[in-house]
Amino acid sequence: MIDIIINLALLSFLAISAIAIVRMKNLFAIIMLFGIFSFLSASVFMVMDAVDVAFTEAAVGAGISTVLMIATLALTKVQDEKRPGGHKPWLPLTVVIVTAAALVYGTLDIPAFGDANAPSQKHVAPQYLQRSIPETGIPNVVTSVLASYRGFDTLGEVFVVFTAGIAVLILIGGVAQPSKRKTSRKKKNA
Amino acid sequence: MFIAITVAILITMGLALARALLGPTVYDRIAAANMFGTKTVLLIAVFAFMSSRTDLLDIALVYALINFIGVIAVLKLVERGDLYSGISAEQTKTKAKR
Repeated sequence: MIDIIINLALLSFLAISAIAIVRMKNLFAIIMLFGIFSFLSASVFMVMDAVDVAFTEAAVGAGISTVLMIATLALTKVQDEKRPGGHKPWLPLTVVIVTAAALVYGTLDIPAFGDANAPSQKHVAPQYLQRSIPETGIPNVVTSVLASYRGFDTLGEVFVVFTAGIAVLILIGGVAQPSKRKTSRKKKNA
Repeated sequence: MFIAITVAILITMGLALARALLGPTVYDRIAAANMFGTKTVLLIAVFAFMSSRTDLLDIALVYALINFIGVIAVLKLVERGDLYSGISAEQTKTKAKR
């Protein structure tokens, strides 16, 4: 009962903030709403018992990407500019509606939420659950899969994320020359 | 008891969301986002006790920290116009004028 109320409230907040993000022109307000949006989706993940996904969503969505967006906003204007020329919204709207209809049609075949007999629960999950503690000694099964069974995969992901982080830092000017930074600060103080 | 608290927190979240949507000044929106994060922490804590999964409390703590860091970054931007990157918006404008 209360789960339904929480889910209804969180999902309608999600819809409201998503529509507001699309409609708004003030980029600062949009970034604030992005932060709220990812806190909301993290709460939804948590109510659905996907704690590790919620954790990642909060750290990346609400934490790092807010800071990155703010840093980008510091280098651009606060207001969205009006686009010159008329663009027709009908083609993108049709594509979006068709894609959404296909996705909704796809959800009809999905097993019910938390179904123990779903194919994804029957495939390799029981083996992981049975063998992870004797084989790896890690009490959390998700961590054992990420860090032990798929260790090389995680290492590759870390490389990708690290490279992307360096690229973003270069793009937004986070790696300024130290001498320039000092002079600019001195100028401001004087 | 828990149900009443949850409903109250959800209503407060709705009010904070309304302030973030309407809020005329920048500070209204910052306060709304910060408050929304705090309410998320509270909601997770109440939900943890309600569904007797008290390990979710650690997640609530991490959310509080993330919320704090995000708000600090936003306030730095509002105060100075840049994030100590060495190239502020004013400097780029003066460079363009030269």
